[in-house]
Amino acid sequence: MLSIKELRASVEDKHILQGLSLDIGPGEVHAIMGPNGAGKSTLGHVLAGRPGYDVLSGSVDFDGQDLMAMETEARAQAGLFLAFQYPVEIPGVSNMEFLKASVDAVREANNLEALDSVSFMKRAREACKAVNLNADFLKRGVNEGFSGGEKKRNELMQMMLLEPKLCILDETDSGLDIDALQVVAAGVNAMRSADRSFIVVTHYQRLLDYIEPDFVHVLAGGRIVRSGGKELALELESKGYAWLDGAA
Amino acid sequence: MANEHINEVIEREYAPGFTTNIESDTLPPGLDESVIRTISARKEEPEWLLEWRLDAYRRWLDMSPPEWAQVQYPPIDHNAISYFSMPKSMADKPKSLDEVDPELLATYEKLGIPLHEQAMLAGVAVDAVFDSVSVATTFRANLAEAGVIFCSISEAAREYPDLVRQYLGSVVPKTDNYYAALNSAVYSDGSFVYIPKGVRCPMELSTYFRINESNTGQFERTLIIAAEGSHVSYLEGCTAPMRDENQLHAAVVELIALDDAEIKYSTVQNWYPGDAEGRGGIYNFVTKRGVAHHRAKISWTQVETGSAVTWKYPSCVLKGDDSVGEFYSVALTHNHQQADTGTKMIHLGRNTKSTIISKGISAGQSSNAYRGLVRMSPRAVGARNYTQCDSLLIGDRCAAHTFPYIESKQPSAVIEHEATTSKVSDDQLYLCQQRGIDPEKAVSMIVNGFCKEVFKELPMEFAMEAGKLLEVSLEGSVG
Repeated sequence: MLSIKELRASVEDKHILQGLSLDIGPGEVHAIMGPNGAGKSTLGHVLAGRPGYDVLSGSVDFDGQDLMAMETEARAQAGLFLAFQYPVEIPGVSNMEFLKASVDAVREANNLEALDSVSFMKRAREACKAVNLNADFLKRGVNEGFSGGEKKRNELMQMMLLEPKLCILDETDSGLDIDALQVVAAGVNAMRSADRSFIVVTHYQRLLDYIEPDFVHVLAGGRIVRSGGKELALELESKGYAWLDGAA
Repeated sequence: MANEHINEVIEREYAPGFTTNIESDTLPPGLDESVIRTISARKEEPEWLLEWRLDAYRRWLDMSPPEWAQVQYPPIDHNAISYFSMPKSMADKPKSLDEVDPELLATYEKLGIPLHEQAMLAGVAVDAVFDSVSVATTFRANLAEAGVIFCSISEAAREYPDLVRQYLGSVVPKTDNYYAALNSAVYSDGSFVYIPKGVRCPMELSTYFRINESNTGQFERTLIIAAEGSHVSYLEGCTAPMRDENQLHAAVVELIALDDAEIKYSTVQNWYPGDAEGRGGIYNFVTKRGVAHHRAKISWTQVETGSAVTWKYPSCVLKGDDSVGEFYSVALTHNHQQADTGTKMIHLGRNTKSTIISKGISAGQSSNAYRGLVRMSPRAVGARNYTQCDSLLIGDRCAAHTFPYIESKQPSAVIEHEATTSKVSDDQLYLCQQRGIDPEKAVSMIVNGFCKEVFKELPMEFAMEAGKLLEVSLEGSVG
């Protein structure tokens, strides 16, 4: 599904990813952990195609397509979704309008018929309910005046509507209380399927109690320095990242 | 990576930029009293009107162009412009559409304004002004049944001289400002509307202004009189061909809303804005003002996307007690366009109310200024104004300015002013793109969201058009 080979990338001339390789198969959940500044968020943005993030070398194959050669919106249309750590506000544009434009664009790119307003509304309301967000949020400006937790749930709600192939969660657990964390985890678990993969970027093992990963990777100095099963997360939790220095 | 994504600018499609190949009867460039006499004679005007024009001209000679606006352009050589141009075929005064040159009809067809009544938008009557003359006015018979007069102002001067004489220059005096004086001297054509007492005009009235001939100025003059208790909604649209030279358009619009009358005046201004390097485009210097008598209401809605330079302040003189003035504006500038636009609300009567909603959008290297005056006179007991003035910036090379003037001589008057400035950020575009929405669509969605409050004031058929127009005008504003 996703194959990253020797990826090097920079942001504002600063080399962040230094030859990162990672393979993700269909239906798999990969957790990425690591110290601050290791390049965890950068990886998500490079995959999503954030303007200003320059790929220096290496390749990324996404379902047989050269991901790095695609426009940002084309990657999204091909089924890549990044749940932002800090989603921005778009005042004046209602959440509903935004979601409709998004769903329409993705469906059109995949030669699917546009949803009529009634079925779209039905799905949007269901998605809101699934993440415990009042349907009134659909009428508000995109992320406008939302609390941190509401923004995260709003991201998850969009992920449910768009039904992506690859979901990247960028520190979705940060700033969430335990109840909100459980809601988010339940949402993610409900979306797990044999052909949908996840990259879960997180600082803490806590989230992985609720979203059980198939693989855990440690990212340090712009590379994957250790990979293992879910027990690796527990080990990190008790020992911290310092013991990895030798490994790196 | 500050804005590197947004910053690459522009080529915009200007669909109405074509030229109609037609033989025109155009006066040689230059302005003196003989030119004014010629214009007046061509229009078979009464003697008093010629004198009125000449008086305006003589006063204009002593005036100088306004320099206080936030716009820059080289001095205009008024002797290099032709002041009158009309299609030759119009010399015989065609009596019906069948006699109008098909080339002219095709021009309007191409602009999406078919003049054959059966092909038109249901419920909209159109006066089509081409260079200096009115080509046709549709649905006149239907309107006449309701007692509504809708014709070109040249015709009105001949057919309804008393009304024209009474009201022409009554709201915008000849010497109001430099461009109003010039217009009074040389005005060519425009629309005249009279709605009799108690009549609700049965259809939308609309004028479509088209500049075609090069090296000419267009000096439209519009006069709308709504008698006691009447109601009218009027819309104007404007386009011009793409040319490297700048062309002058100096219009005057006067509205008179007598007691309990209501006038809703909407403008979709899409004059040629010039190219991406700032070559060519229309200089749009316009004076628009209305007087509202007791309990009358005047509402201006404008969507300004065109012109190289715009200088325009549709205003309301709230003369009668309990009268209401409204101004809803979307002004979009792109590339090297400059706009200095806003309104004046002059509260004279008691309990008068005014609302100003202004949305300025700047992209490219353009400059967009809101300039507004709210004046409460000593008599304006209990008067209220609410002003909301929002600016949206796209990219980091454009400018937005706000110049609100507030003068109150009445302690009981309430004036509220709110203003915001925001920016379409790279992060917003990135979020949209990450959800599969392409950047142009994203910008247009954000801008349309920003303008929502104004668009809902437009007549329904035109609200959609305005949204689309913004989309086209913003083409190329993101890289």
